[in-house]
Amino acid sequence: MIAFADLRLLLKITRSQDIARRYFVVNGFDGALTMLGLNVGFYVGDGDDLSIMLSACIGAAVALGMSGLSSAYISETAERKRWLADLESAMVTDLQDSAHNTAAKIVPLLVALVNGLAPLLISLFIITPFWLAQAGVGLPLAPVESAILLAFVAIFGLGVFLGQVSGGLWLWGGLKAILIAAATTIIIFLVES
Amino acid sequence: MAYIKRLVLDILKPHHPDALEFAKALAELGADYRVTLTTVEMDEQTQTLRVVVQGQDLALDGIQEVITTMGASLHSIDEVEATGAGDAETDAYR
Repeated sequence: MIAFADLRLLLKITRSQDIARRYFVVNGFDGALTMLGLNVGFYVGDGDDLSIMLSACIGAAVALGMSGLSSAYISETAERKRWLADLESAMVTDLQDSAHNTAAKIVPLLVALVNGLAPLLISLFIITPFWLAQAGVGLPLAPVESAILLAFVAIFGLGVFLGQVSGGLWLWGGLKAILIAAATTIIIFLVES
Repeated sequence: MAYIKRLVLDILKPHHPDALEFAKALAELGADYRVTLTTVEMDEQTQTLRVVVQGQDLALDGIQEVITTMGASLHSIDEVEATGAGDAETDAYR
């Protein structure tokens, strides 16, 4: 079992915190925009079968999660192997007993988890109105409209996070992300109508 | 019984973990360990260090293990200061 301090060291020596953060935002954005697109599509198409809409959203969420998990794991494993080989060549020594070798095995898994879980969890958050409606919980808006609203909230949140990372104004980061979501919604409306 | 009080080591290490992490990992080997690290040479991916470790009774095996774990390699032991029995408590840090 790897302790948290060890994990921090592994992330530090591979400088993977930045990569994981970038993956979280990029794939989280993918998840949120995909759910937004699906739900705007349901709205424009007057979708009214709750279970079909929920199944479509879950299917897309799981596919995004699996895509993020596998693609990041494959690419990061290859990158870390090359990084370790380069380092061994520079050090003129075998690094099998080092933290660098452990990092080359563990870090791709961590980064893949971030890349896979970000779109999955954000998508599941966005479709909570469908779960609630199915459970008989009364909502102030229809499930599709509520899901669209939550998608905007999630996208705003990711924008705020990016704004904070860049050291800029968090509100501006959130507004920029909302603009992208609004543009996506308008394009779907134009295409569908 | 003799005690090793001071070691001067020539070490090659990757840039990461950095010098602070590296020195801290060595110092954590013992409550009385004192580590002085000097960067002698800097290359694209590696750096050569002169590391002075001082303490009441240094354990080279433990030091060697930390060096390996941190991805570094011990090139040479350049200086050793040892004292005989009965002198373990004195003159540790000069």
